[in-house]
Parts: sequence; C-alpha cells; structure tokens
Amino acid sequence: MREITLSQAVNEAIAEEMRRDETVFLMGEDVAEAGTPFKVLSGLVEEFGTGRVIDTPISEPGFVGMAVGAAMTGARPIVDLMFGDFIFLVMDQLCNQAAKQHYMSGGKLRVPMVLRTNMGATRRSAAQHSQSLQALVAHIPGLKVAMPSSAYEAKGLMKTAIRDNNPVVIFEDKLMYQDKAPVPEEEYLIPFGQAHVKRAGSDITLIGTSSMVQVAEKAAAMLAEEGISAEVIDPRTIVPLDEATLIESVKKTSRAIVIDEGHQSYGVTAEIASRLNEKAFYHLDAPVLRMGAMDVPVPFSPALEDLTVPTPEGVVANARQLCAGEMIHAA
Amino acid sequence: MAKAKSNTEEYLRMYAQMVRIRTFEDNANQLYLSAKMPGLTHMYSGEEAVAVGICEALTDDDRITSTHRGHGHCVAKGAEFKEMFCELLGKAEGYCRGKGGSMHIADQSHGNLGANAIVGGSMGIATGSALRAKLQGSDDVTVCFFGDGATAQGLWYEVMNMAALWKLPVIYACENNGYSEYTKTEEIAAGSITARAEAFGIEAHQVDGQDVLAVNELTRKLVERARKGEGPFFIELMTYRYHGHHVGDINREYYRSKAEEKDWRDNRDPIIRFRAHLVSEGIATEADLDALNAEIEKDAAEAVAYALEAAYPDASEVGQHVYAA
Ligand SMILES: Cc1ncc(C[n+]2csc(CCOP(=O)(O)OP(=O)(O)O)c2C)c(N)n1
Ligand SMILES: [Mg+2]
Repeated sequence: MREITLSQAVNEAIAEEMRRDETVFLMGEDVAEAGTPFKVLSGLVEEFGTGRVIDTPISEPGFVGMAVGAAMTGARPIVDLMFGDFIFLVMDQLCNQAAKQHYMSGGKLRVPMVLRTNMGATRRSAAQHSQSLQALVAHIPGLKVAMPSSAYEAKGLMKTAIRDNNPVVIFEDKLMYQDKAPVPEEEYLIPFGQAHVKRAGSDITLIGTSSMVQVAEKAAAMLAEEGISAEVIDPRTIVPLDEATLIESVKKTSRAIVIDEGHQSYGVTAEIASRLNEKAFYHLDAPVLRMGAMDVPVPFSPALEDLTVPTPEGVVANARQLCAGEMIHAA
Repeated sequence: MAKAKSNTEEYLRMYAQMVRIRTFEDNANQLYLSAKMPGLTHMYSGEEAVAVGICEALTDDDRITSTHRGHGHCVAKGAEFKEMFCELLGKAEGYCRGKGGSMHIADQSHGNLGANAIVGGSMGIATGSALRAKLQGSDDVTVCFFGDGATAQGLWYEVMNMAALWKLPVIYACENNGYSEYTKTEEIAAGSITARAEAFGIEAHQVDGQDVLAVNELTRKLVERARKGEGPFFIELMTYRYHGHHVGDINREYYRSKAEEKDWRDNRDPIIRFRAHLVSEGIATEADLDALNAEIEKDAAEAVAYALEAAYPDASEVGQHVYAA
C-alpha cells in the first residue's frame, strides 16, 4: 500500500469531502495561500477557491462563532485553529454555543462543524504552544473528540468528522505531520467510538491516545524482550469512548496503563482508568496506572521539556513493576 | 528626521540600542541556522526605531508588555545580552531560567512584563498594569506593544473601552509591519486602525516607525500627558520586518516580493537613517559609530559564547514555580 504523511492524509480527507459535499468549507488563519504554518492545507485554495477556503484575521472567537452559526443554518464548516492552545480563546463559542445548541433546542438545531487543531509538546515551543487540551473539551457533553494516531486514522476520522452532525474537535499531534503510514487509495471512513487493537498481548494492556500509541508500541516491543506480553489499544476517539474493547482487554490481561499527553491530573487518563476500575474491578491484579504529562506548564528548555512527557522507557518501567506485583499499595 | 530636543548622549544611546537589537537578532538568527537554538524565533530586525524610540521615553518604573516578536522590546527596555541569549538557549542563567524561551522573555528589573505567544494576549495585562497605577496613585505608564494582526483580537476593544472610561495611563503601540504571518494587513483589517481607537475617544497618532526621533518625540509627549491622567493613547507605528515571520520562513516570495524587502532595507532602514543624521549633524563621526558597532558586536559574540557553554537548568527545576510561595 502507498504511504503518505499525516499532513497529506488530512489534506486528502478534506479535499475528498469538499468535492463530495458543496456545503463543506474551510476557514482559519493562513489556511489559503500559505496552507497553514504546517503546510497541511496546501493546494486546497487552488482547487476550491477563496470562496470555500477562507483566510481569516486573528479573531478566533469570532470565526469559531461564525462556524457555529454557519453550521446551524446549513453549512458544514471546518475551522482550523492553528495551535491547540488557542482553544482557550474560543471556549465560549465551542462549549457554551456549539456544544449545547442541539440539546437546548430539544433536538431541533444541529451544529455539524469540525474544529481541527493540534497538541503535543517537545517542539521547544514553550508553555503557550505545546499543550494537549483534549480533556477540557472531552469534559463538555455535546462535543466529540477524535485523536488520530497515524496518517491512516487522520484521514478516516477526518472524513467521519465532516459527515457527523455534531461539533467534532480533532487533535492532531503537531510532531507527527511528516510521519508516514500506509493509507489506501480507495475511500474509507473510520467510525467513531471503535477502538483499534494495535497489538495483541496477554500480560498488560497499554491504552494510548494520539502519539502515545507509538510510545505504547515501542514500550510493548521492549517489554516483549523481557518476556512481558503487552496489548496496545488506540481508542481513536475519546468521545465517544469504546469502553467495551478496553474492558474486554483488561479482563484478559488484568493490568493496564493509560497514556495520554494531557496533564495527568483530572485528565483523559484519569477518566479511562476510572472506568476500568468501575467496570473491570474484579479482573484487575493491580491498580490501573495513569501516565500523562507532568502537571507543570510546558517548559521551553529542552533539558526540562523532555522530562514532562511520557516515554517508552517510563511505560516499560511501570509495566514491569505492575507485572511483578510491586504496585499494590494496599496499606 | 524629526527633530527632538535631546543631548548627544541620548542620541548616541538611541543609536547604540538600535544597533544592539540588530546585532542581537543577527546572532539569534545565526544560532537558529546553525541548529544551536531550540525551537523557532521571530526577528525584530527592521523595527528597531519603534522599540527604541518608545522605550527611550520611559523609565525603569514604566512597564511594557511585549509580543512573540519581543527581543527588540526587551533590549530596548534595558536587558542584558548574556541573560537573553541564555534564555534563548534554554539555559539556567536566562532571564526566565530557561522556562520561557524567546516567546516569553521577561525582565522585571527594567519593567518588561514579558513577551507573549498569544497574539493580543498582553492587552489585558498592560491595561491592568495601568489600572493598578491609577488605583495606587503611582505615576508610571504602561506601553502595550502589539502587531497589526493583533488588532483583530476582540480583547483589544474591551480593554480600550475600559481604559478610556477610566482614563488609564496606558499607551497602545501598534507595530504595523504590513503583515500578520503570511497575510498582508489590508486583507485582515477593515477600515482604519487609528479610527478604531478614536471611536472610544482615545487620541490616536500615526507615525513613521523607521524614524527613531519622530517616535521618541511623540512618545515623550504622550507619556508625560499619560502621567498626568490624560491617557490612554494609541500610536500606530508604520514599520517593516526584514526577515520572515519566523526564522524558518525563508521561501516567502509567494506572499512578499524580494523587491519590496530590498526597498525597505535600502531606503528606509532606521539605523542607516539615524546614522546619517548623527554624522550630518556633527554628533558623531563615522569612525565613532564604527567603533560603537564593533564594541556591540564583541559584546554579543561574548554573550553567545557564554550562553552556548552555560549549564541547562537542573532537572529538579521542572517542578518549581508552578505555584508561588
Ligand atoms: C491567539 C493567537 N492566534 C494566532 C497565533 C499565531 N500567530 C503568531 S504571530 C501571528 C501573526 C501576528 O501578526 P502581528 O500581530 O501583525 O505581529 P507581527 O508578527 O507582524 O509582529 C499569528 C497569527 C497566536 N500566536 N496567537
Ligand atoms: Mg504584523
């Protein structure tokens, strides 16, 4: 199968959906001629024109609010938010407006929009350009949240997001844009709420989101050398969450580590770990561990920044202890 | 060149400060190109007369808020090369102990409340600083630097309204360099920018941002009036950035022509213009200024060498400073 970058995958997904559905349009800062600072959208304005690929001023609450209004009245906007950190600027439009229209109107209004943005540290971009804020939006009922872990997921999830009748937030890891993966030429969609078992195993379950899937896979390979068999699962969307697949795996392995790049406290890892505790308690041989980013603003210095994110080595160390029964803290 | 009544020492200091900014940026760019600097950075080269003209009208008690393109403001407000380069390289002796880097550099000792990586992100902070001055009966003034692109942020209109209602000692300084990222200003700004401030009853000025004396003369007057409670004010400074949006923005002819860049560099450079003025007015000779330039270059080279060798923060620092004691 051909291999393309995550960036090309996103671009293809959007182009295909724009060809398929005239109501789909794109807007954001420097999305047209510049194709975004990450060059993800290059070529789209050439094909679809400035009427459907719209450069905006640096007015995030304004254009996200406009996307909500356009979506409520018959369009399918895709809004590009250049950095995930800017989600704080648009929280009202996203969480008070987009997320609630359908419910508040008794199901009469719909907001079929996609907000695509990014996440991920270690790009040496410091505290306001490195955050992974998926937990904040996942907390709000009415918003769906997708976290592609490779080019394959990025394309399939984007297409599903565009066709979904709800506001969907997609977090792409900004360090993965140039990573290649096999992506079929034929059309495919990836349904929301279906986890993907990336590697089968029997001793421990490693659940990772976005780039943390790769961290989990690397850890699994290292653990295999030590004779520990790890299962790796990518939930693909955290809202909706495919609980069944996760629980089934943990029932088999009896141990789990959940890895996500958001801050560890009150985060995605806490939510998933808690559901496993509630629904697979009697199958567990050890507490479910959370591995998130350190609870500090992301520091600029490489000497500090690298300490803040989960690593394969860290996962291996924790998995080893869990499997040896060393992490049962019962007093 | 506009005439400002000032003595030789002040003129030479303004010249030196502009050269210091240019030299700092040339070295920072070199560090990036030689892969010695982590991340990206935004060069201030070409806009020196803005930061220097304004900051030379301020005292250390006056505050500024800065932007992602903040090295110029930092130098102009009095910062040292050594601590700045250490910060750019993420070293422990940097102004922010390596935690902030280029986009968050701050220097409280000279009243620089910090660069900001959120466009428009400092507008509230600057206006709040001015509110504190008024509440506490202090006569310091706060200057809020931001770009033309930042005028699209709604926050600005909220704080201008309050600043005008409450006559706060804040000066909004819009550095209009013709572009926000890869987009021309006329494509993102409707109508007139000065008129937006005027709509709130704020006195607005437009000035040639390549003329350090014109900028300085205007700012001095406005600062003096702001201290007396006649603020807020707005200044739109017409200027130009020589480099790309950031150091990695090298192939940029699709949005900005080489001829345009050359025209600004050759015909409107703030340092060349001021230098010619100093020489023609007999304030300094070419030789004096060459010697000054050489001294600044040497300072910068030493600071870079020092920063390259300096230690990274200890791992234990990663968890420090999340909460204040
Ligand atoms: C809220 C927010 N939106 C977008 C960005 C990305 N961004 C960084 S600089 C910039 C352009 C700013 O233009 P301008 O204000 O004119 O400043 P200049 O870079 O020209 O100095 C943009 C869009 C950001 N940092 N913050
Ligand atoms: Mg600008």
